[in-house]
Amino acid sequence: MLDCTPKEPVPSDAHTIGKINPVKTCQPVGAMYAALGIHGCLPHSHGSQGCCSYHRMALSRHFHEPAMASTSSFTEGASVFGGAANLKTAIKNVFAIYHPDIIAIHTTCLSETIGDDLPTIIKQAEIPEGRYVIHANTPSYHGSHITGFSNMCRGIVSYLAESDGNPKKERANIFPGFVNPGDMREVRRIVTEMGVPSIMYPDTTNVMDSPLLNKYEMYPGGGAKIEDIKDSGNSKMTLSLGAWSSDEAAATLQDKCNVPGVPLKIPIGVKATDDLVMAVKEGFGVEVPESLEIERGQVIDTLIDTHFQYEGKKVAVFGDPDIVIPLTEFLITMGMIPKYVITGTPGNKFEKIINQMLEEAGIEGSKVRAEGDLFELHQWIKEESVDLLIGNTHGKYIARAEDIPLVRVGFPIFDRAVQPLMPITGYRGCLRLIEMISNTLLERRDRDCKDEDYELIL
Amino acid sequence: MTVTDVNVDELVASFPDKVKKNRKRHIVKKNESAGSCPQIEANTRTVPGIITQRGCCYAGCKGVVVGPIKDMISITHGPIGCAYYSWGTRRNKARADDRTPPEQIYSTMCFSTDMQESDIVFGGEKKLAKMIDEVVEIFHPRAINVCSTCPIGLIGDDLGAVAKAAEEKHGIPVIPYNCEGYKGVSQSAGHHIANNQIMEHIIGTGTEELDGKYIVNLLGEYNIGGDGWVIEQLLEEIGYKVNSILTGDSAYVNIRNLHKVHLNLVQCHRSINYIAEMMETKYGTPWLKINFIGIEATIESLRDIAQCFGDEELIARTELVIERELAAVTPELERYRKICRGKTAFSFVGGSRSHHYQYLLRDLGMEVVVAGYEFAHRDDYEGREVIPTIKSDADTKNIPELHLEPDPEMYREPNLHLNMSKEKYDELVASGRLGYYKGMYPDMIDGGIMIDDANHYETEELIEIFKPDLIFTGIKDKYVSHKMGVPSKQMHSYDYSGPYTCFRGAVTFARDIANALSTPAWKMITPPWEQSETKRT
Repeated sequence: MLDCTPKEPVPSDAHTIGKINPVKTCQPVGAMYAALGIHGCLPHSHGSQGCCSYHRMALSRHFHEPAMASTSSFTEGASVFGGAANLKTAIKNVFAIYHPDIIAIHTTCLSETIGDDLPTIIKQAEIPEGRYVIHANTPSYHGSHITGFSNMCRGIVSYLAESDGNPKKERANIFPGFVNPGDMREVRRIVTEMGVPSIMYPDTTNVMDSPLLNKYEMYPGGGAKIEDIKDSGNSKMTLSLGAWSSDEAAATLQDKCNVPGVPLKIPIGVKATDDLVMAVKEGFGVEVPESLEIERGQVIDTLIDTHFQYEGKKVAVFGDPDIVIPLTEFLITMGMIPKYVITGTPGNKFEKIINQMLEEAGIEGSKVRAEGDLFELHQWIKEESVDLLIGNTHGKYIARAEDIPLVRVGFPIFDRAVQPLMPITGYRGCLRLIEMISNTLLERRDRDCKDEDYELIL
Repeated sequence: MTVTDVNVDELVASFPDKVKKNRKRHIVKKNESAGSCPQIEANTRTVPGIITQRGCCYAGCKGVVVGPIKDMISITHGPIGCAYYSWGTRRNKARADDRTPPEQIYSTMCFSTDMQESDIVFGGEKKLAKMIDEVVEIFHPRAINVCSTCPIGLIGDDLGAVAKAAEEKHGIPVIPYNCEGYKGVSQSAGHHIANNQIMEHIIGTGTEELDGKYIVNLLGEYNIGGDGWVIEQLLEEIGYKVNSILTGDSAYVNIRNLHKVHLNLVQCHRSINYIAEMMETKYGTPWLKINFIGIEATIESLRDIAQCFGDEELIARTELVIERELAAVTPELERYRKICRGKTAFSFVGGSRSHHYQYLLRDLGMEVVVAGYEFAHRDDYEGREVIPTIKSDADTKNIPELHLEPDPEMYREPNLHLNMSKEKYDELVASGRLGYYKGMYPDMIDGGIMIDDANHYETEELIEIFKPDLIFTGIKDKYVSHKMGVPSKQMHSYDYSGPYTCFRGAVTFARDIANALSTPAWKMITPPWEQSETKRT
């Protein structure tokens, strides 16, 4: 496996340009995912057909769900003369044939390079009464799929959120970040458990994890309702989960409707979940219910009971910054050593935040990289190996080549099902992470040990 | 509803007028009594806004044709996405062999120049050149492909010049593919561009003499799930030598020698017929359309190949292998046939499979009532005889056509390749065996629907009308069909099963189909409380 990579690690200046085995993809897929989190929305890809097709495939492979989206079907002519005609035709046809409540358009590197002016085109388009067309600029040559998710979230706010000028309602907006529907559901449950009403968007619950009921709904029951998104301008505060995915949208809502945003991590791990709970407690003056106290206590109990199964083990973590940051924090809580931490998404603060966490934990000799790739991670592992890999499906090749177990967390996970329904967030998510990590290490121990060391009780 | 009652007009009735007019031309109902195939519109633009299953030119070029060449590094020049999505997503299996060691297989890798905004503004040529330098230094590949994505054509990076300079600098072939996503109307344009460049830059450059009395290439086979390996093994058992599959598990070192064979076998007509035709013009290599999907189809293909060489011993060995394989698979197949018999299916897959799988399904007693291609041309539906009548439009004119002449040194008459008389050869051509593909229409069931570039709305409508037992489609439609209560099988990736080719592949396929039809959960969709309510009312 990966025999083509040099046996010995290559010097760090050997690979300085481009990406080899990336840990990011392009903006539009994130924008498409965010748009699917609006009820009755058809995402629209303004570019070549291939973009739309590739993004739909990536989402369907991860979620095992339909990912509906239309395309402007650019040809060479449109690329030369601009895509306005294609987009106007597309908007007309989409409303006539697929009847969405809202079309959320994202651009591509093609339409961005030719400079299509989306607001003007949308203004000129035929939009039926009571329907909406919104857009986000998502040039693929900037940022990553997380940037695209963030840009669409910001687009949703700019187009739809409104403030009626009345006193704010005792209600939280939740911007969940680029996470699975299982996580969105869990975050909302925690806030609801604390007795605080909420509006969450994007909300892909019951869209990208919808039930099989013998009837296909092009627009499944889930997703944030347009009225609720509009009303989010009247909420008391926004819980903005994940700096890369949500902060821009929260800042926009703050500017537009004077709803303060509370920047938080995606609540993965005890500390990040505590932060969320404290933000809700302080923001709304509510008490933390016993049910959450019990859940938290169960996590601490489990950590104490099982720490020797994973404490001191070295881990390589890779994936999206908003997941990797709190995940690394939790690994430190577990007593593990994040040896290598990589994201493909650009942003210097990633390295700063992780390095600070490591420093506070007294962990030395780790390597941290934003805008990295898996080829680089593999080189580091060749220099000094780790006990565990945590990241998306693409890590499976390194896992096999170096015989290191892989715990699958993040996006995309193409080779395992069910995971989009199961949270890694909140206190319950902590239990699931502990279970996945310790079971994986124990399976390895059972697999590798001698017969005489094979034990009944662990 | 019986198959013949379907009204095409009703199917498109709720479309806006322009879309209706357009879509009607892409749908044909098979009418046995009318004789020949009515003209179907294909390989033309999809109306913007329509939820098509189609991909782009880059997907056809890098994703389908050149990506699988295992010993070449394929660098995608563009922003990160295109390389990312075509990374390991097509299941073209590859392995080391006596000419290609594991150190020279790059199939699990993804290379992208990851263009940034400044590269779009100032051009990406330097970045590409530097990435080629680094990749050569780290990996020492035998050859490199460079595939461009949408913005490259717009900003005017000269891919050819960068490739040429890199080739001179590093002394290995660096082949440029100007396969920007917006070219053409689907993946098909990318197949053509890939075919052209492979023809121009690789085929014919090999100088080795190949061993073997009957040497073939297996063109248009991508080794999804190991399909190509099964075919190769069967052919070698009979006495053929397979020089190269194109492009599943293929290697640059073997593609160089493509012109050294006696006969080209063509599995996927759409994606590779250009090379088959160009090789016939340049080297005189005859080509035969074969199909190794389905028991009967495999038998017919094996017999056709043997007939091309006309060697009695080869013919006898072919029959022995057929007999042996049939004996091995028939009892198990019969078991699955009991589950499959009488069931109906839809088949919406890329270029040739929608036709090929009709044979295999018929072997199982199933019938395809609706079939369509994403990116076919008229000849894939109507047969190659319509090629001279196909009008080229603005989109097709953008794809370069190579105008080749017979090679002064390497051309040999086609009959000499097969070591047969000109008369015998002409007879084979006249019989429709050599250099011909009849298209899908003749094999459609009477009253069945043939649909080009089927879109989401039509698919949903057709499912409501026909209520098929099974749908063969891709990942984008798979889960839609499940939500409607109809089992589906991905026919691009086989739902990670396979191989499905030849005799034993048919058994694997039959088992998968039987499982898809009969998995117990299908009977549990309605919860018990609703069942009892139904009983009460």
